[in-house]
Amino acid sequence: MITITKTKQLTLIQAITDGMRTMLHEREEVVVLGEDVGKNGGVFRATDGLQEEFGEKRVFDTPLSEAGIIGSSIGMAINGLLPVAEIQFSGFIYPAYEQIMTHATRMRYRTKGVFTVPLVIRAPYGAGVRAPEIHSDSMEALFTHMPGIKVVCPSSPYDAKGLLISAIEDPDPVLFLEPLKLYRAVRGEVPEEKYEIEIGKGKYLREGDDVTVIAWGAMVPVAMKAAEQAAEKGITCEVIDLRTLYPIDRAIIAESVQKTGRCVVVHEAPATGGLGNDIISIVNDTSFLYMKSPIERVTGADVHVPFWALEEHNIPTPARVMDAINQVINF
Amino acid sequence: MQEEFPMIRIMDQNGKITDTSYLEQIDKALVQQFYRQLICMRAFDQKAINLQRQGRIGTYPGFEGQEGAQVGSALALDEDDWMLPTYRDHAASITFGKSYTILSSWNGRVEGNLPPEGKNILPPSVPIATQLPLAAGIAMANKYKNSSQAVIAYFGDGATSEGDFHEGLNFASVFQAPVVFFNQNNQYAISTPISRQMNSETIVQKSVAYEIPGIRIDGNDIFAAYFETKKALERARNGEGPSLIEAVTWRYGAHTTADDPTKYRNQKEENEKHRQNDPITRLELFMKAYGFWDEAVVEQLKEEVKEEIDGAVKDLETMPPADVNDIYDYMFEKPTWTIEQQKEEYIKHLRGVK
Ligand SMILES: Cc1ncc(C[n+]2csc(CCOP(=O)(O)OP(=O)(O)O)c2C)c(N)n1
Repeated sequence: MITITKTKQLTLIQAITDGMRTMLHEREEVVVLGEDVGKNGGVFRATDGLQEEFGEKRVFDTPLSEAGIIGSSIGMAINGLLPVAEIQFSGFIYPAYEQIMTHATRMRYRTKGVFTVPLVIRAPYGAGVRAPEIHSDSMEALFTHMPGIKVVCPSSPYDAKGLLISAIEDPDPVLFLEPLKLYRAVRGEVPEEKYEIEIGKGKYLREGDDVTVIAWGAMVPVAMKAAEQAAEKGITCEVIDLRTLYPIDRAIIAESVQKTGRCVVVHEAPATGGLGNDIISIVNDTSFLYMKSPIERVTGADVHVPFWALEEHNIPTPARVMDAINQVINF
Repeated sequence: MQEEFPMIRIMDQNGKITDTSYLEQIDKALVQQFYRQLICMRAFDQKAINLQRQGRIGTYPGFEGQEGAQVGSALALDEDDWMLPTYRDHAASITFGKSYTILSSWNGRVEGNLPPEGKNILPPSVPIATQLPLAAGIAMANKYKNSSQAVIAYFGDGATSEGDFHEGLNFASVFQAPVVFFNQNNQYAISTPISRQMNSETIVQKSVAYEIPGIRIDGNDIFAAYFETKKALERARNGEGPSLIEAVTWRYGAHTTADDPTKYRNQKEENEKHRQNDPITRLELFMKAYGFWDEAVVEQLKEEVKEEIDGAVKDLETMPPADVNDIYDYMFEKPTWTIEQQKEEYIKHLRGVK
């Protein structure tokens, strides 16, 4: 049997909108809320047209209050709704950090499953768009270190829609990080209907024999570009888009590094306490004896995202990734 | 502001009903229910403190003195309403849910957080004020679903300084959510007196900013707590939105069994003053004055209550040992590989240790 799937060319942000639209149609419990998500369609237009289509009961503006947005969303989730809460920029999630840490992530645990929090928090993250202070933070490790929440970060329109639908269907809280630099920079075919991408599964973007390059979100195109440059020099890279940051896909990492014996991890976030360290630890646990050289990390420094005149200096570039590739090859 | 929000009382300190319009709603069954629950909760609290002193439970936050506010407001709820208590609101929780497992939370047992089957009681909230936005959200969902369930959220005077208090009230107000914010103003947040908590005369006046009905009641008058909470819940159910109740009360004891109030207040003198306003004494005076006092019945109630509390302690002390699996099994609906692996390794380690 051939299933004919109708697809559309969408940008990453349009795919996100489409994911929400699909779920608003699919399940009456889904509500979309946040600052300016209604009439304005969100400052990035992620919720464009949704209020018009579904009404103010389903898609609504909230007061400017992150703890209020997340706290009330937790309450709604406990009481049977499926809230999709937008935090305008991930850098403004800090006032809600307490709500996520003290209630969202532990309600199931502390009630042995009597009360659960099927909540999705959407937040654009990341640098490279010359935004003002705080708007560009990449603090995913604050959440991957937080027990009880899944963290997802797509880099393509197809993955964005499928992962968002999975996040909404997920019975537990999910932080959905959207690489805002890629919102309109990438386009792709996206099926019109509902489909899910399993949370916790990475994806091969490129096959190779010499080095495994692991990235997510806005670093995926950087890793891909470096892999292209490496290929010109005869080094073939296997590029993995992690897609889910918690729980990380251990199997795909092990499979790839056992084949290549070398690994480079790329992330925007500060190095210390960053996810790169967990990846190294996974390689250590699963594949130590396969490794031909120590793993290299290409990351942001342990600094705040610099004001934008200097911002580019702190974002990993293909050239820096290339240096790291050379390092693991020539060890 | 005190003049604008006069303290509402239905019964005065001598047990006299000052607002006689309520008399026809006060019958024997109600009075007996009030009385039984008040003495039961006081006995529970005293028992818990004794258990702590004997090392049979861990640190415990007492509520003696606040029974009128908690029992009165909790009895005003409908069976399927929602309750969000704090760590100090055992009297409200037990009155509403009639389960004593809550005590086990002071022995570090997760079971203490669980409501009885089908009861909408959230675990006691430990981080101050954070339950208030949740209460707004639960109420928003009720409104969304056209449910007639109302929500009550408890919090102390200290909680009103947190942003979450304001965010919770603001959300409830903006979305006209059916929730009653029930404040117990027991005058202290640990050692910090209310005068250091806020520069406003009352807590209730904060309702003005949110354009929601606010009332200030004598929290030691169980009739006021009961009837005023009932009215606020009715308003919520009728789609008239949230309200704020400030119940002025007093906690005789320490913040918790780990705290020493003599360091920051003249405990003996203050308590003596407040004993004249005790919620139980006042109800007893009322019962005697209005023909509800029956020595034999009271004796029987006291006997029943003692048995009930003894039973609760027995249940506590015969609980099976805590289950290590509980650490891992409820983090997510399905455990992640990280947790599966961590659990497996630890269980293996435990087996080796044995
Ligand atoms: C966010 C937060 N900060 C600090 C504490 C520590 N703490 C526990 S109880 C308390 C005082 C709370 O006072 P109040 O709200 O008046 O309630 P009461 O204990 O008097 O019932 C404090 C500071 C906490 N639990 N949560």
